[in-house]
Amino acid sequence: MVLSPADKTNIKTAWDKIGSHAGEYGAEALERLFLAFPTTKTYFPHFDLSHGSAQVKAHGKKVADALTLAAGHLDDLPGALSALSDLHAHKLRVDPINFRLLGQCLMVTLANHLPNDFTPAVHASLDKFITYVATVLTSKYR
Amino acid sequence: MVHFSAEEKAAVASLWGKVNVEEAGGEALGRLLVVYPWTQRFFDNFGNLSSASAIMGNPKVKAHGKKVLTSFGDAIKHMDDLKNAFAHLSELHCDKLHVDPENFRLLGNVMVIVLASHFGKEFTPEMQAAWQKLVAGVATALAHKYH
Repeated sequence: MVLSPADKTNIKTAWDKIGSHAGEYGAEALERLFLAFPTTKTYFPHFDLSHGSAQVKAHGKKVADALTLAAGHLDDLPGALSALSDLHAHKLRVDPINFRLLGQCLMVTLANHLPNDFTPAVHASLDKFITYVATVLTSKYR
Repeated sequence: MVHFSAEEKAAVASLWGKVNVEEAGGEALGRLLVVYPWTQRFFDNFGNLSSASAIMGNPKVKAHGKKVLTSFGDAIKHMDDLKNAFAHLSELHCDKLHVDPENFRLLGNVMVIVLASHFGKEFTPEMQAAWQKLVAGVATALAHKYH
């Protein structure tokens, strides 16, 4: 899978539109994830997962900041995400299926808040982006 | 077998009542073909699928999307027995159409995204959860008769 120049433009434009809402959207995506796909909660036994949880807010911001970093380094995602890739492979060991589930919830959150910007072409580029990020994060699993 | 609570059924029904099936069906199928281009393999006779705008404007895509979503509407009337409700369609998709069931999961997820884009605040996390459960149940029911 390759990100075309059009994909990169779409991703950067979308991320600019998201702007300062990134943390908020990250937290919302996580809340949606835990409700729609309860198995994902098994990775957070130490978290308060109730609505409005400060831990979920903080973690959502963490995830969003990593995606913002990725969006700014589309020409070298493996390099930019190397440390996070090590973390997921050796410490977190989140089963790869869960990246797809979180990806779905991220797409739902963005479609929900930015319906006019979330055109089919932008949807496709963002889906490719999230999939590529997930591939990089699981690239050192074995 | 998937079990839906009274609240989940009510949530799904309330949203469904407001869905423009023709529009949403066309949009969901169109987005499937745009976002996951390999799904175009089932639609060689649909004409121009060469760009996102060609796909979204294609009358055959719109018509077929409406057909698919109308059928989905039947599912909502049989949420407690999806496997039986979709038995015939399951056989059809296996024996005649030869569609990999993974495609049902992809389309289900795209449908949820389309609903999210149309319903704003109403599409709460709880609403999404009920719909994810429904589309997963329909995908499983459609795969049930495969052999």
